Amino acid sequence: MIEVENLTKYYGNLAAIENITFRVEKGEILGFLGPNGAGKTTTMRILAGFFPPTSGTARVVGYDVVNDSIEVRRRIGYMPETIPLYKDMRVKEYLDFVAEVKGIPRKTRKSKIEKVMKECGATEVSHRLIGKLSKGFQQRVGLAQALLHDPEVLILDEPTIGLDPKQIIEIRQLIKGLAGERTIILSTHILPEVSMTCQRVIIINEGKIIAMDTPENLNKQLQKLTQIFLQVEGPPEEVASQLGKVKGVVKVTKKEEVSPGVWNYIVESSKDLDVRKGLAQIILSHQWGLLELRPLGMSLEDIFVKLVTAEEREAE
Amino acid sequence: MKNFYAVVKKEMRSYFTSPIAYVVIIIFLVLSGFFFYNGIAYFNLVSLQAMRSPYGAPDLNISEWVLGPLFGNISIFMLLMMPLLTMRLFSEEKKGGTIELLFTYPIKDIETVLGKYASCVGVFIIMLLPTLIYPLLIHKYSTVELGPVISGYLGLFLMGSAFIALGLFFSSLTENQIVAAVISFGTLLLFWVIGWPSTLASSKIGSLLTQLSILEHFDEFSKGVIDTKDVIYYLNFIVLSLFLTMRSLESKRWRG
Repeated sequence: MIEVENLTKYYGNLAAIENITFRVEKGEILGFLGPNGAGKTTTMRILAGFFPPTSGTARVVGYDVVNDSIEVRRRIGYMPETIPLYKDMRVKEYLDFVAEVKGIPRKTRKSKIEKVMKECGATEVSHRLIGKLSKGFQQRVGLAQALLHDPEVLILDEPTIGLDPKQIIEIRQLIKGLAGERTIILSTHILPEVSMTCQRVIIINEGKIIAMDTPENLNKQLQKLTQIFLQVEGPPEEVASQLGKVKGVVKVTKKEEVSPGVWNYIVESSKDLDVRKGLAQIILSHQWGLLELRPLGMSLEDIFVKLVTAEEREAE
Repeated sequence: MKNFYAVVKKEMRSYFTSPIAYVVIIIFLVLSGFFFYNGIAYFNLVSLQAMRSPYGAPDLNISEWVLGPLFGNISIFMLLMMPLLTMRLFSEEKKGGTIELLFTYPIKDIETVLGKYASCVGVFIIMLLPTLIYPLLIHKYSTVELGPVISGYLGLFLMGSAFIALGLFFSSLTENQIVAAVISFGTLLLFWVIGWPSTLASSKIGSLLTQLSILEHFDEFSKGVIDTKDVIYYLNFIVLSLFLTMRSLESKRWRG
């Protein structure tokens, strides 16, 4: 459905994205994950036909985004990051304009608009000026204009940014409900969003793809090590060295002192060995105070940070 | 073509939901009304004097004395006000980011450009139409020659359309409306006065400067002469400006 090959975009001398290659199959929801300025928006703008790449090709539903820009634009629904809407238009007027330029026949236009407003929960504000709406409702209108012509491909740039928690859940459910028929690319820097809505994740940093897989696989891949959090009262250097001697422990990191004599530690161990018992024993045998011991699960957040920082280390 | 109408509709709506169109039109009509009254009052005075002493009285023709100068004055209001109408056309969309959505809708650039252009010309026509009341008023109490009225309005229409085209182009260059307005106004004013130094320059350059002047080409219209060279001058002005606007939009899509 979407084929991107060696996509590169320069702003002057600055590379926003470099050699990005990926595919999205029909009906898939792909999450674009990355810190701010990683190149998510740039990639999406190229896919939406807003500007061309410096080099490389991108095809959407078989059409090239540069040469067949109009054909591509007919088939996508795009929701930009900041939801730029005409503030001096009423919601219905605006959607009417969008329906017209997207080529929805006059006969079905009205019913289509009603339907999409209902889907996005914007019916109650249909007669109000867009500029006077709250951020949440503007977001809904933004989504409504993207969905209006039942596009095969949806490109959503940060669809839940600036919403309150209840609205976020609603929008996520709406997006999930759209899956199946449509192919969706959405970007976000909120990680749980990706694991909740997407079937596949691309992690992008400084313009390069650093990981691409399902959220589950990414979890598995990176959890070779188990992390355990410890809070111990005792001489920090000695505690650290003793902990390191426990069988299966790979690394001990001394964190910060929380109160006089009490330090936090992170212990990393190989995945197949449970070292918790050994750790507890060694602390007790030295008569130190064991205040806390718990395993740290790895969230997508950790994976993300880990991948991004690993990449940076390699670069150095 | 359908998209063209959609853009025109959207832009017209935007002009009339914001106060811009109303303010510009009202101020324009107040000013032109004032100048019309002045012209008529002065003409009355001169007529009265001519009645008292018919010898040596000037040739009193109401079209020449009232309407001709009025068209000249209206053209100056247009020079001042057109940049204010055109400045928002692209700048506002650039600043507000709405251009991102507009450019990702399946609308061709030419449809956007012509749609925006046509909507502004539409506002201009709405602004100009009420001034028809002046020749009608004269007609009620005197006789108006139809020819100069038609040519005068044709001249005003062409000139205004040319102003709008140039303003549209400058609006496509910047996201700041004030900058767009100032550059449009400055450029138009330059074209207005460019013929002035023609007497100082050599005859070749002098005639070139005269030919470039917006004002020179308008003079004939206000005298009641429709010359193809003047019509073509304004049409050229419009087509060139719209062409530049297209290029300016297209430059966004250049690989770089």
